[in-house]
Amino acid sequence: MRDSIRYIPHSEEDCQEMLKVIGVKEVEDLFGSIPQDCRIGKPLNLPHALSEPDLMAHMHNLQSPIFSGSRWSSFLGAGSYQHFIPAVVSSLISRSEFYTAYTPYQPEISQGTLQAMFEYQTLMCQMTGMEVSNASLYDGASSMAEAVLMAQRITKRKKILISEAVHPDYRRVIRTYIDPAEQEIILIPYEATTGCTDQQAMSRLIDEGVGAVVIQSPNFFGVIEDLAPIGDRVHHAGGLLIVGFSEAVAYGIMSPPGELGADIVAGEGQSLGIPPSYGGPYLGVFATREKFVRNMPGRLIGETVDVDGKRGFVLTLATREQHIRRAQATSNICTNEGLCALMATVYISCFGKRGLRELALMNLSKADHAKKAVAAVHGCRLAFSSPTFNEFVVKVDGDPEDILKAVRKEHILGGISLGKFYPELNQHILVTVTELNAKNEIDRWAEVMKNILE
Amino acid sequence: MKLPDELLYTETHEWVRIEGDRATTGITDFAQNQLTDIVYVDIPEIGKKLKKGESLGVVESVKSVSDLYSPLSGKIVEVNENLKDRPQLINEDPYGKGWIVKIELENREELKRLLSAHAYKGTLMEEG
Amino acid sequence: MKENIDSGLIQDEPLLFEQGGQGRKGYSLPRWDVDKVEVEKAIPSYLIRKELKGFPELSEVEVVRHFTRLSQWNYGVDSGFYPLGSCTMKYNPKVNEEIARWRGIAHLHPYTPEEFCQGALRIMHELEGFLAEATGMDRVTLQPAAGAHGELTGIMMIKACLQARGQRRKKILVPDTAHGTNCSTSTLASYQIVEIKSNDRGVISPESVSALMDDQVAAIMVTNPNTLGLFEENLKAIAKIVHQKGGFVYCDGANLNALMGIVKLGEIGVDVVHINLHKTFATPHGGGGPGAGPVAIREELAPYLPVPVIEKRGGTFLLNYERPESIGKMRAFYGNFGVLVRAYAYVLSMGSDGLKRASEIAVLNANYLMKQLRDDYYLPYDRPCMHECVFTDRLQEKYHVSTLDIAKRLIDYGYHPPTIYFPLVVKGALMIEPTETESKESIDRFIATMIRIAGEAKENPDLLHQAPQRVKVRRLDEVTAARKPKLRWTPIDEQMTSDRSNNTK
Repeated sequence: MRDSIRYIPHSEEDCQEMLKVIGVKEVEDLFGSIPQDCRIGKPLNLPHALSEPDLMAHMHNLQSPIFSGSRWSSFLGAGSYQHFIPAVVSSLISRSEFYTAYTPYQPEISQGTLQAMFEYQTLMCQMTGMEVSNASLYDGASSMAEAVLMAQRITKRKKILISEAVHPDYRRVIRTYIDPAEQEIILIPYEATTGCTDQQAMSRLIDEGVGAVVIQSPNFFGVIEDLAPIGDRVHHAGGLLIVGFSEAVAYGIMSPPGELGADIVAGEGQSLGIPPSYGGPYLGVFATREKFVRNMPGRLIGETVDVDGKRGFVLTLATREQHIRRAQATSNICTNEGLCALMATVYISCFGKRGLRELALMNLSKADHAKKAVAAVHGCRLAFSSPTFNEFVVKVDGDPEDILKAVRKEHILGGISLGKFYPELNQHILVTVTELNAKNEIDRWAEVMKNILE
Repeated sequence: MKLPDELLYTETHEWVRIEGDRATTGITDFAQNQLTDIVYVDIPEIGKKLKKGESLGVVESVKSVSDLYSPLSGKIVEVNENLKDRPQLINEDPYGKGWIVKIELENREELKRLLSAHAYKGTLMEEG
Repeated sequence: MKENIDSGLIQDEPLLFEQGGQGRKGYSLPRWDVDKVEVEKAIPSYLIRKELKGFPELSEVEVVRHFTRLSQWNYGVDSGFYPLGSCTMKYNPKVNEEIARWRGIAHLHPYTPEEFCQGALRIMHELEGFLAEATGMDRVTLQPAAGAHGELTGIMMIKACLQARGQRRKKILVPDTAHGTNCSTSTLASYQIVEIKSNDRGVISPESVSALMDDQVAAIMVTNPNTLGLFEENLKAIAKIVHQKGGFVYCDGANLNALMGIVKLGEIGVDVVHINLHKTFATPHGGGGPGAGPVAIREELAPYLPVPVIEKRGGTFLLNYERPESIGKMRAFYGNFGVLVRAYAYVLSMGSDGLKRASEIAVLNANYLMKQLRDDYYLPYDRPCMHECVFTDRLQEKYHVSTLDIAKRLIDYGYHPPTIYFPLVVKGALMIEPTETESKESIDRFIATMIRIAGEAKENPDLLHQAPQRVKVRRLDEVTAARKPKLRWTPIDEQMTSDRSNNTK
């Protein structure tokens, strides 16, 4: 018996019985509606089926050696963050009623998913300070792109100003999504000394043709942006403020964008209980003001009652979506990141009010320790003066790629060199520190940097 | 199915009541029945000028969306604010409390192209 | 509002925010081994959050109880037959789940230097090859996060290719049986949709395409097999017509489960096809994702692939960003890697023979089901189907029983209903896709239930009108949910404030 058949229950007898009922002799006869000239003449050129133990052996060797074997120290961030994920998260989302379920179109038998997503929407509103959140988009970058498209639907204006301190990949995705005939992107430079968006430059660029200004906070350099004056300025001109983020944990301690004038918040929720997974699946957070709800992309879950008056939850305002509005839909999204949203909900439930604050404080404190340690190294200095959360940029005397390579010899991933993202920052390294970096790890990293540079 | 004789109709299921140089419009009993429970009405603002046949907005039920078309050319002078909180007025009383907008007529000639109740009923028979 | 009382094992469970209490703790952090920063000194005070208002405070036990109970109100493929048409709810192998959770896979950071990611890059590169082989195409991008995302990617690549040829075409042809995403994708890409009517065989004819095809049409978007479960038998001829006028053939690959090892879409005229890994390649649906929607293309569209492109040079895998004509990026990083790993493992577990067998049995199951139900339910297209079949409620109309009632009654018998009211071209559609992982016994039980329900429709239709009964919540008021959307929980004091302000209007 071939091993792959364990996923297909039919025996030869079953097949024969079924073929008889249908009234054909063999399975091949079922494909009669396919013209002969459309049929493949030979088998697919794919590897032979592997048994389960052979599969596991094969996959075992494909793991990354530095994450599976002895633990290296890692100071990598830039849109993907290494945080501690409580055992409870993977345990709960491994329940097959959650992960083998479909989109909750039949609410009577999907109340688990629906209530959890209602809770998720609520938590995202609370975290971002906004009035309504959807049930997830694909990731932070595409979420920002959707926000830009939504701003155009609302304001009908052509220009979008985006800070250069927004993650370069997020900016690239926005540029990919927009139609140049409909929208124009103008970059706002960042200040070379502070690492913040240059608000004076922004002021000069804002006019009544600007539909939205897009800022990320903490930005790509880890710098906490001063959002309120930006909001005031863009509102004065009749535009919208879109605020993004890639490190959600920051909001355990930072004022939420909703309290600082944001009209749409579009960010990345990966930090909230989702492992780095080589870049995906992640979690696009999207929240806005109630008055814009009918313009929002993505699924929305609402509370209602059943025929007996019992509370229940349903997908609602579906007339915005592709399966009803079709061509005039607010987006084309169908499958989103439901299970990732559930992971975030479980994660936040574990941490709660106090835990998220303590977690944020620990990140801030560890990063602060790292900043001080590395600033004391001759040949290193902090590139930007503004307050940061858990990421910061270091300027080094030398080629950052060479330095990081040397650091790797000590089993440390010391950061990300920025030259490929910002040509003018060709001596700079982005360093990210989370609660998972022990003090002795940080000290050792600083020591290694010292040995290399001095 | 209600079909008041004194009103005029369009093939796209709007009705029209003429009062001087103003026309009140809404959707017919047939249309509201097809849509089932209406949950939301999206209409342009007062002051907007429209040509006959131009989009007047949309009417939404839970599972479908229907476009509204202006039966006549003119300027919107009044909208039914009650529909914001109680869109179901369209289902309950499509020709009365469920009125949608009032238009200041631009061209009375257009009235000739509207259908009588009888003619409108004929189009429904065709649709089957 | 009626109190929700437990009913046997269907236990009630309030919202997160309605339980727990001050001081309860469910989290655990590493030891504090650095000095705590004085936040007010580090960050300007107006940028510091006062509190996480409304966030729960729960112990670990409460969190576990909460979500465990919620899960028990759900239905998954592991619970039972899930015959949703065009969704391919097949069994999700557990070994794939285990592999995807290994540290060396799940914890790999995307900016880890490539020398330490060779395994991951190999998985992606090889998966691209498997998908290209299965569809008969030349190149693949694994970047899109879902089918609709793949559609947008594919259409954008077509657009870029045409622009490179100096052409700004305005239209896309879409059959009336198309999924809603095909239309909304076209609009997102700034195209106008022109609808093609299917003929009475339920497929699109070359004549109808010919009539609409001109040099302003960028592409035709087909689904094959289509949403009626029928093979688009004229596709080769249609592709010729479209290609002759310089257009492209886009195929929505949602129904690929009928064709593996049997038809290669690239050999019958398709230029671009997206594949839903969470359908055909057995990755879990997750209650609404994550999925993955890789796009397979002909070589001529390769310059437009999103960046980075995974390449193999010498024996090494790398990420190539030097692609000047690329459309750009559809998302940050490279794709839903966690999903890609599962699909890769699935292909290795099935092999060439296994995938073909899957398609054969999927089609066998659907035809068997169709044959057994055709006396009790109306078949709008009475001919052999592929991996799914479409019935309607026409025979039940006289008892005032609708497709919706039939669907809700199935719930009382412990089944997730099939897809209802889609495709739109069939009034009262009931689309059933059993998939190959459903045993004959399972399908026989479903058939018996459906026949029983048809009987109930005749003898006692109220059973269907009142359905479902044996559930945690019965039919829900979707009208009020849409009229007065309540999209989040609010704390009592905020509720009262908003009530007060509503009353003063």
